[in-house]
Amino acid sequence: MTLAFAPELESFRAEAAAWLEEQLSGPFKDLRGLHNHVDAIERRREWEERLGAARWSCIGWPQAFGGRDATIAEQVVFAEEYARAGAPARIGHIGIELAGPTLLAFGSEEQKQRFLPDIAGGRSIWCQGYSEPNAGSDLSNVRTKARRDGDRYLIDGQKIWTSMGSIADWCFVLCRTEAGSAGSKGLSFLLVDMHQPGVTVRPIRQITGESEFSEVFFDGAVAKACDLVGEEGQGWKVAMGLLGFERGVSTLAQQMHFRTELDELIATAKANGKAADPLIRQRLAQAHIGLKIMRYNALRMLANAESGQLSPEAYTYKLYWSTWHRDLGELAMDIIGPTAQTGVSADRFPPLTNMFLMSRADTIYAGTNQIQRNIIAERGLGLPREARGR
Amino acid sequence: MQFALTDDQRAIRESVRAVLAKEAGLEQLRAAIASPDGWDAALWNALAVEMGYTGLMVPEAQGGTGFGAVEMALVLEELGARLAVIPFFETAVLAVQTILSAGTMAQRDALLPALADGSTKATVAITGSDGRPSPDGITAVLKRSGAGWQLTGEAGFVPFAHVADLLLVAARAPGSVGDEAISIVVLPAGTPGLTVERLPGLDPTRPFARLLFRDVTVEEDAILGAPNTAGQALERTLAIAAGLLAAEQTGGAAFCLSTTVEYAQQRVQFGRLIGSFQAVKHELADMMVAVEAARSAALYAAVAIDQGGDAVFEAGSVARSWCTDAYRMCAGEAIQLHGGIGFTWEHHAHLYFKRAWSSSTWFGDAAHHRERVARLIGLG
Repeated sequence: MTLAFAPELESFRAEAAAWLEEQLSGPFKDLRGLHNHVDAIERRREWEERLGAARWSCIGWPQAFGGRDATIAEQVVFAEEYARAGAPARIGHIGIELAGPTLLAFGSEEQKQRFLPDIAGGRSIWCQGYSEPNAGSDLSNVRTKARRDGDRYLIDGQKIWTSMGSIADWCFVLCRTEAGSAGSKGLSFLLVDMHQPGVTVRPIRQITGESEFSEVFFDGAVAKACDLVGEEGQGWKVAMGLLGFERGVSTLAQQMHFRTELDELIATAKANGKAADPLIRQRLAQAHIGLKIMRYNALRMLANAESGQLSPEAYTYKLYWSTWHRDLGELAMDIIGPTAQTGVSADRFPPLTNMFLMSRADTIYAGTNQIQRNIIAERGLGLPREARGR
Repeated sequence: MQFALTDDQRAIRESVRAVLAKEAGLEQLRAAIASPDGWDAALWNALAVEMGYTGLMVPEAQGGTGFGAVEMALVLEELGARLAVIPFFETAVLAVQTILSAGTMAQRDALLPALADGSTKATVAITGSDGRPSPDGITAVLKRSGAGWQLTGEAGFVPFAHVADLLLVAARAPGSVGDEAISIVVLPAGTPGLTVERLPGLDPTRPFARLLFRDVTVEEDAILGAPNTAGQALERTLAIAAGLLAAEQTGGAAFCLSTTVEYAQQRVQFGRLIGSFQAVKHELADMMVAVEAARSAALYAAVAIDQGGDAVFEAGSVARSWCTDAYRMCAGEAIQLHGGIGFTWEHHAHLYFKRAWSSSTWFGDAAHHRERVARLIGLG
């Protein structure tokens, strides 16, 4: 059992690091260190296209669709170098991590040909049409309807918390195609062009002051019949398949980013004298310990994924990291002190303060902490499922 | 990068599990605790003598099987799950590692084979009667006496000292502090001037004793390595021991989780299984998060030990602090979720709870290890 990467990966790492450095100290130096998903959107699109053109965007995908057939280890190495270089957060992440893998798993050959090259090439930005005002944790309660009309579907309804909704080109929409159905039966997974009269996007302002997500209204919006993924009525299976995809690679990249945040906090505590406070020392040590263990958890998960074993500990990952990050945000505020609460303007805060506010969403999106505990108890420990009201 | 168990490692874990299933059930545990000597000689025979597991980390040249810390961690997790009342950790980890790091080649050749084959049980005394973390807490004194040496004072919290055949005692030169001028003295049981006082304790599964040294004569060759030079070796041994004890703690925490889940899937109240109530489910989910993280931490500490170098210090403290908290939490919740019966002597829950607490203080507590991490990450 080893923790070091094999030597042949080192030349891959060097190649990735060199390319990233060349771009981020040269033509894209204005994007270095940009970790939100809202600033400089046009420049961010150019970055997505630059990554795509050099085949550095979806390296784990088949070459035929714009990837490099990279192994898991290579994907991990690239993610580490990407984070180390301070490269900007990916505005294409929903297409890259969710839509693309869904199509690879459930899409027809024709759909893969039509959609994947544009995602890998950075030419299309995607958003996820899942949650609705009455379907958050209870996702199968979706009411957005899609009615078959000749060779197309007509969609009516509304989605909410749609990240990237205001800049997206395409949306994958979980909707009800079987009239009168309820719950997870009778749903379908449709790919919808965002640039059409029947789609209206209304950004929602978050507690951070920014509007990363939106409401999306479908009023007679059109999806082509050939843009149905899987069969009609199979939408829940497709949607859940997507949610189960191994996230090991992106978790390691996420941890590099967390490391940068923690290192900044340590430096701040040393500079302002809080490093001498015994309670702050304990909390910073605990943050470091928690992050180290997060990495070992991810490595264990990846090892099991590579050998095809289902690891029940994978269910704990989201609850663990989101709680850790929320605690880090609170620690950041306590270390920085009152100056963390004044900033650039009333609605744009200093980076660590922004992180503190954003972290309050970490325990809500992609399954709340409460839902995560239900999942861990039911699927990880085999305990009885929750009783339902209806 | 390879973070998965090999087939050999899996085989070792399975074989230990099988032996323990036969020889270390809850009935045998109760019988061992209630016996006059308070330990399980039959289990020692099965694991140490017949299977030679005390020699897991002893080099083949000295009679061991030459495996590493990852294999040891797997074995310790199984032992921790069973609260095995034997000086296995004390012999196979503490004593073996102390001899490996502080002893001369000749001393290793002389001492290790008998530990490896289970014919000699050993323990290590690393702190004084107030239990302050080692090496600061060492109070026993080794001083020159004529042509030889003399050991005086006392050592506290020495596990299984009353059954050990060999006791390794950390002592300091008069007037020294911290890890200065430390020596490790090898004393056979029954050495004149050595008194072993069993301490009645909270945790019957790891009995502690106080050692009193009344002018014990020590030959030069009974000192591991050169006198007054073992401080660094002891620091390293303590880091290794902390990292591996974390594996034992993980096993105990995991057992608390699994037996509580079993109970929740049997006990019916208000017309349904208590495991169907969300408050119970969520508590158990939090325990699972803690246990899986503990397992990762202990495994990483073992890998760091095998790789050598200074990473063992941070990895040991990371694992020790997390696994200590995880075990305490899981053992406490196990009592809680068993309701009234969890509070009885007859139920096993209190034994794990007491082991969780006794193992939380023995090698420096969680806060002590977090403070070590604080220094390692540069907080000054």
